[in-house]
Order: sequence, then C-alpha cells, then structure tokens
Amino acid sequence: MTVTPEIKLAPEESSIPALLARNARRFGMQTAYREKEFGIWQSWTWAETHAEVRAMALGFLALGMARGDYVAIIGRNRPALYWAMVAAQSVGAVPVPLYQDAVAEEMAYVLDHCGARYVVCGDQEQVDKVLEVQEKVTCIEEILYLDKRGMRKYDHSHMNWLEDVMREGRAAETRLSGELERRTAELTLDHTCVMLYTSGTTGKPKGVVLSNRNIIVTSKNSSEFDDLRPGDEILAYLPMAWVGDFIFAIGQAYWTGFCVNCPESAQTMLTDLREIGPTYYFAPPRVFENMLTTVMIRMEDASPLKRRIFNHFMGFARVVGPRLLDGRDVGLGSKLKYGLGDLLVYGPLKDTLGLRRIRVAYTAGEAIGPEIFDFYRSLGINLKQLYGQTEASVFITQQPDGEVRSDTVGVPSPGVEVRIADTGEVYYRSPGTFESYYKNAESTASTKDPEGWVATGDAGFFEEGSGHLRIIDRAKDVGKMADGRMFAPKYVENKLKFFPNILEAVVFGNSRDRCVAFINIDLAAVGSWAERNNIAYSSYQELAGLKRVLDTIQEHVEQVNESVAQDAMLAGCQIHRFLVLHKELDADDGEMTRTRKVRRRIVEEKFADLIDALYSDKDSIYTETEVTYEDGRKGKLKATLEIRDAKVFGDARRMAAE
Amino acid sequence: MLDTQSDEGYVTADGRKIGGVAMEMKNITLRFGGVIAIKDISFDIRWGEVRAIIGPNGAGKSSMLNVISGFYHPQEGEVIYKGYRRPKMRPYQVARTGIARTFQNIALFEGMSVLDNIMTGRLHHMKANLLQQALWWGKANREEQENREKVEKIIDFLEIQHIRKTPVARLPYGLKKRVELARALAAEPSILLLDEPMAGMNVEEKEDMCRFILDVNDEFGTTTVLIEHDMGVVMDLSDRVVVMDYGRKIGDGTPEEVRNNEEVIKAYLGVAHD
Repeated sequence: MTVTPEIKLAPEESSIPALLARNARRFGMQTAYREKEFGIWQSWTWAETHAEVRAMALGFLALGMARGDYVAIIGRNRPALYWAMVAAQSVGAVPVPLYQDAVAEEMAYVLDHCGARYVVCGDQEQVDKVLEVQEKVTCIEEILYLDKRGMRKYDHSHMNWLEDVMREGRAAETRLSGELERRTAELTLDHTCVMLYTSGTTGKPKGVVLSNRNIIVTSKNSSEFDDLRPGDEILAYLPMAWVGDFIFAIGQAYWTGFCVNCPESAQTMLTDLREIGPTYYFAPPRVFENMLTTVMIRMEDASPLKRRIFNHFMGFARVVGPRLLDGRDVGLGSKLKYGLGDLLVYGPLKDTLGLRRIRVAYTAGEAIGPEIFDFYRSLGINLKQLYGQTEASVFITQQPDGEVRSDTVGVPSPGVEVRIADTGEVYYRSPGTFESYYKNAESTASTKDPEGWVATGDAGFFEEGSGHLRIIDRAKDVGKMADGRMFAPKYVENKLKFFPNILEAVVFGNSRDRCVAFINIDLAAVGSWAERNNIAYSSYQELAGLKRVLDTIQEHVEQVNESVAQDAMLAGCQIHRFLVLHKELDADDGEMTRTRKVRRRIVEEKFADLIDALYSDKDSIYTETEVTYEDGRKGKLKATLEIRDAKVFGDARRMAAE
Repeated sequence: MLDTQSDEGYVTADGRKIGGVAMEMKNITLRFGGVIAIKDISFDIRWGEVRAIIGPNGAGKSSMLNVISGFYHPQEGEVIYKGYRRPKMRPYQVARTGIARTFQNIALFEGMSVLDNIMTGRLHHMKANLLQQALWWGKANREEQENREKVEKIIDFLEIQHIRKTPVARLPYGLKKRVELARALAAEPSILLLDEPMAGMNVEEKEDMCRFILDVNDEFGTTTVLIEHDMGVVMDLSDRVVVMDYGRKIGDGTPEEVRNNEEVIKAYLGVAHD
C-alpha cells in the first residue's frame, strides 16, 4: 500500500459554500434540488439554490450567529434544511444534524453536549421536543422552524420562521453582505465542515468532527471512483444525521453537481422513487429485501402465464445477468434472449421498482443475502457493496465495477489505506479520517493513533487473489478455537440466516475443538411450508421438532459448512452438531436486545445444559426452560430435543499441512 | 369564568378568537309523523368555535345536524344564519351557503381515488359549463388547476399524500374518515358539520383525528359543529357543548359546566334506585 500524495484543491473547492458558488457559476441553470410539495415536483437550479442559501446566511448573520457556533438541524430530508446546513457553514458556524426520530431525552444530551445556540426544526413536532428540553439545555438561544403549520400560537420572542429569517437577510443585504463574504472566504480545508453524532449503541453518543478536507476529498475520490456526473439524480430519504446522507446529498452532490430529490413524506418514498428514477442510489439491505418480498408476493398472485414467464426469465437472468453486468462475454444467443427478457420482464420490473435508470447502487450496514444481491444484479442493476463508518467520512472499502460479489466489501477506496492487525481487526487511514471526537480527547486518542490509523472494531481479512476485504464479525466477538484457528460466530450465523427457514442461529465454539449451533426456525416460512405440504402441527415447539423440518435444517447447515470450508481461515467454524430450539429467542426473556440482536452470553448461560449435550455423544436431550409470557407471567417449557450431526467438509489446506 | 354569553365574542384560554353568533336555532321542533325527534330546542353557534352536540343514542343529535344541513325541515322554529332567517332550502343549496359535512357512515365514492373524491368537494367552486368541461377548454382547464391547488393544500394539511392516487375502497377505516374530512374541507365551508368523526376508530386514529379537528379550527378558523359519543374527546375538543336527551335540550355551556350538570349526569350515568 502506498502513501497517498497530498491532494491539491483549488480555493474554490475548499469548502461547501465555495463549491456552491462554483456550481452556481458552472451549472447555473441545471437542477440542484427537487422536492415534491402539493403533489408537484418543485425544483431549484444551482443559481437559485445559491441565492436561497445566501439569503438564509444573511438572515443568520442578522440573528447574530457567530463563527464557531453550533447549529442543530432536526427534521426530515428537505431542501431548506440542507440549505440551512450550508448557510450555517457560510457564516462560519458548524451544522449538527440530529436524528429526527430521537426522543427528547436523547436530543437533550446532544444539544447540550455541542452547546447549540441555534436549532433549526422541520416542523412543530420537532419544535415541541426542543422546547421540552429547553429547561435543561440552557445554551439554546433561537429556535427556527421551516413548516409554519400550528406555530402561530407559540411564543415567538426567541423563535423565528425560516422564511422570515431569509426575508430579513435579504432586507439587510447591503449591511451584511460584506461580512458574509468575509466569513465565507475565511473557510479553509481545515475548518470543521460538520459534526455528526454516532448513534450510541455503546454508551453516550460521540460527536464526530469532520473537516472540509475530510468531506471534500472523500467526495472527490468517491465521485471519481464511480464516475458520478452532473446529470445524476439521487433520492435523499435517509436520516440527515447519518454520515452517508451528508456525503451523498451534500458532499458528492456539491462536488459533482448532481441533483438531490427530496420525497414528499416518509410514506411516499417508494412512489417518489419511481417518479424520479434515480441514477445513483443507496439503501440498507433491509430495503432491498422488502422490495424483493413485495415483488415475490405479487408474482404469487399473478396469472399462471405471467408467473411462468417471470420464473423462466428470472432463472435465465440469474445465470447471465451478473456476467453481462460485469462486461463478460456470454455469447450472442444469450445476449438476444436477455434482451427479450428485458423487454418482457426485467425492464417493466425495474420500472415498477423505480430502479430503471440506476447506474450505481450501494448497500451497506450489514450483510446482504446472496440471493437478494444476485436478484438485483441479474436484473442488470449495478448494486454494489461498500464498507465504511462515520469516522471515515463513510468510505473505507468499496467494490469497483466488474468485481462485485455478495460476500466481500471490495477494495480500499481511493486514498484509503487499510491494514489488518494481528488480532484480525481492520485499521484504516484516509483523507476522510475524522479530526476528533468533540470534547472527548480520551476517546479520540484510543480510537485514532498518532499516525492516523483508526480501529474499526470489525475483524476481517483480505482475500488472496482478488485483494478484496471481507468483514467477518465484530472484533470483540471473534475468538480462537482450541487449536488456534479463528472463530467468527457471526460470519457463520449470517450465512445460516440467509435461508428463509432460519430465523436466528447462535454458534458456539470459542476455545473448543469444534463448533456447534442452536437454530431457531422461522415460523412464517416453515409454517407456510408445512401448510403447503399438509403437515399438521399444533405449536411452535412441535413444528420445530418435526423430523422433516430437522432434515431441511440439516441440509441448510451442511450447505453452510460446504461454503465455510472454502475459506481457509474460517474452515474451523463448520458446524459439527446442531439442534433446533424449542422456543424462539425473545427479548422478553432477555435472550435478545430490543433491536433483535442475540445476547450471546445470556443464551450461553441459560442453555448451558444444551451446549453440554451438543459437546457430548448424546443424540437427544430433555430440557426445561423458563419463559415469560407477554403479560409478564412466567411458565415452563419442557421438551426433548433431537441433536443432529452435520456433515463437515475437508479443509484442503489444513490437511496438506498435517 | 369566561363570558361566553356576550354578543361580541371572546378569546379562549389558548388564544383563539371566538366571534359573534353565526347561526341560531330558534325553538326547533322536528316531528316524523307522531314521533317527536326534536322538541323545542334553541341554541346558537358562534364564529370560530368548536360546538359539540352530545347525548345518548336516539337523543336526536343526528336529526339536529340534518336540520342544520338542510336535509330535514323542522315543523316549527327557525334557523337564523348570518343574521337572516333561512328559508326552506334543498341540501345542495345549503351547501352553497358554506355549510359542509361528513357522515356517520362514510359516504365516499369507493371506486374513485382519494384525489378525485376530494375534488368533488370543490364542485361548488367550479363555474365552467358542460361544453367547456367536455372540451377541456378555457375556463374548465384554469378552474381545474386552481381547484387542484386548493385540494393539494388540504392533502398536505391532513397528511394523506401517500394515498393521493389510491382508490378509496382500498383504504382502512380511519383513513377513509380523514378523506371525508378532506372533502368537506375542500368546500372551504364557513361551518363544518362532523357527524361522529371518531366513531369506530382506535385510540391512535382518534388522537390523529382530534389533532386535525383542532388544527382545522386553528388554521382556517372554521366553525365546527360535531356530534360525538366519546366524552373524553368532546370535553377536550369543544368550546361549548349542547346536551340532548329524548329530543330535549338538557344542558348547554362550557364542557366544565356541562360536566357538573345534574340532569346530564342523570341522562348519561343513570340514577341510583334505592
């Protein structure tokens, strides 16, 4: 890995407000923002956007906004809120977007921590939350709001309608424009661009300070990587407080000069997606999964002829589509047939989903099922994966066109260096690496070393041959097996969970000689399978214990073993024995968090008898489990569980070594 | 205590201005053959207020609303509207005088989209003739745009953008009620009549509906008359309440006054027989 040369940027590219001015000159008449309001897409060109932001910035000056002030922004994705961020930057203040669905308590912490003097709210709901915490958070001086509805009766002594602020700004143009130009001109690459709070899964949220250099260089690199162009369109629907939204809808949009479209409301997202037909799109795996499910359900209800055409061409696309997308030769016959399929199935389907014009789509955040991933790619949608985090200004690795697979997260993004520590943890260093955690030198020091390397907290490795990074698990969950081989439970569990029949899986094996697993069946999927095959069952427990269900699960486990065996490093994680649990893991019983993540420790303690049985030679085990019903009463579940041996596959390398 | 009886109007605790009398019902008696549905009832409705009519089943609430909307014509008594005695009118004529309503049993066009349903509320604001409409020419085109703009504002206000193009038949009950409210609002009424807007709704839908009724009153200053069974809702929403029982008026005043009224308690809770 080479050290990246220092990237030189022109002064007109050294801050977001400067980029806005550049865009207003360069693409003045092109559309910069669109928002659907009153049923019609309203649009603003770059020149208009520049004028709006300028008016807002002048208004902020009139309100007395000072250099270095923190300005909180709370609301759904709307152009005026994006402008408020850029306007704040223009006067030398720092925007701090907040999650709009945060409860007042969480909001209070962030507002207090950054010492926000100004809060820009989307609507009455957000204003109410801010007012609620204002007693505790004394730093807030002015509340601004965008949507006037319901606000008439509020005490406006420290409250302003954003439109009024802009009007006052325009009125004071002669008096304030000199000051505004001075402040905007002062901004350099080292000034703070934005402060984003990481959602605090562990402890309190931390304010990640990102400089203009972080954002602009990262945006430049990633825009060039995917050849983003001024004519591109994106739909801005992800939370504004999330780093990805800031990079896509501000960083890359201002760098490249493409158009940001804001949906009418959260519920109309899918309709708006279809109307806009973005060319560049990001969605977490869950969104792609839901879209696919909707398609499949609708196909189930379609006429037999349509269903047969769909199934035939989708089967064909699975084979040919991804290869075509990667630019490989598939032969003239296949090409023609794919063209026919495009006419009959793929095209109309993409149209319905609003994905017809996509050139680049990304997914990230968690593992995506290969089935889902391949579905979109076989349709000819260039869906790729990336790996990143707030502290890196998103990009750590991403997949180049033509090298896309469902199980890797790609090669290091341009300008990013990645290394794997001896512990298996992934470290990176990049121009996007954050400056610091706000008012938290201790955390900054423990996350970022003096040379600029940042620990991701994830364990992974570079695949030999392709040089692609593969993330296997959270570093703290990764262990070693008795013989020293790597144990990465989540990696195997994810593979298991990709089967619709498997809802949850928990793999054990840390410091043991082999791995075993608990499986939870998915009641909906297995239940409907039972219904279709006329298999009667009276309870979850009975269904989970049926021989044919166990046979199916065993097949799944063996398939997973086969694929795990391909991986030299992880071959030790193959599942030797498993059982299907008699109850669903449940947050009420403490086995899961409320966000449905398995609490490994607790499961391990609670079902210690089952784990012991899995590591013995027994082929069944009697167990009693305490459960909590929804009304809080407790009960006992008794069951005899069958333990199955799964076929494991040879690990070629290990055998050669022995 | 607020002086709710003065002619000039008053200002409520939350800062809304209530004006003078908009409509006055004077000694209304309504009979169906030998059955007396409404017996000599008088009360008034002021500009800008939320006026509730409550009472047990069969008390004559809906009949009263139908008298206001001109669907029933009382045998005795008169309706004074905007200072003039209202002559006998057909319901559509009453509607043109600025009175819109929703129905207890949803009365929407099930096969039409939400947007089209709400557009029907603008009917009285369309002046283009049949020929112009048919040829989509001149006035017709212009009017459609103006009216669509008004309708879109209401869609935005009631937060139903996501169902704009959905046929009404596919909507859940709570949303249908909201669409009905939207259609009534589209007529830009001076007085809005709501016949049990909350009936059959779950708690969340009720809360939403309450908020919308208050917001409508607040934003547009629409005078609202509503019939409701849910006492909690009535007490929270309304400025003044008329209580009916067996066609008679047994109470009239602020929610506070009505709540402490002996006769009302008797009608609602019954009396102990010892």
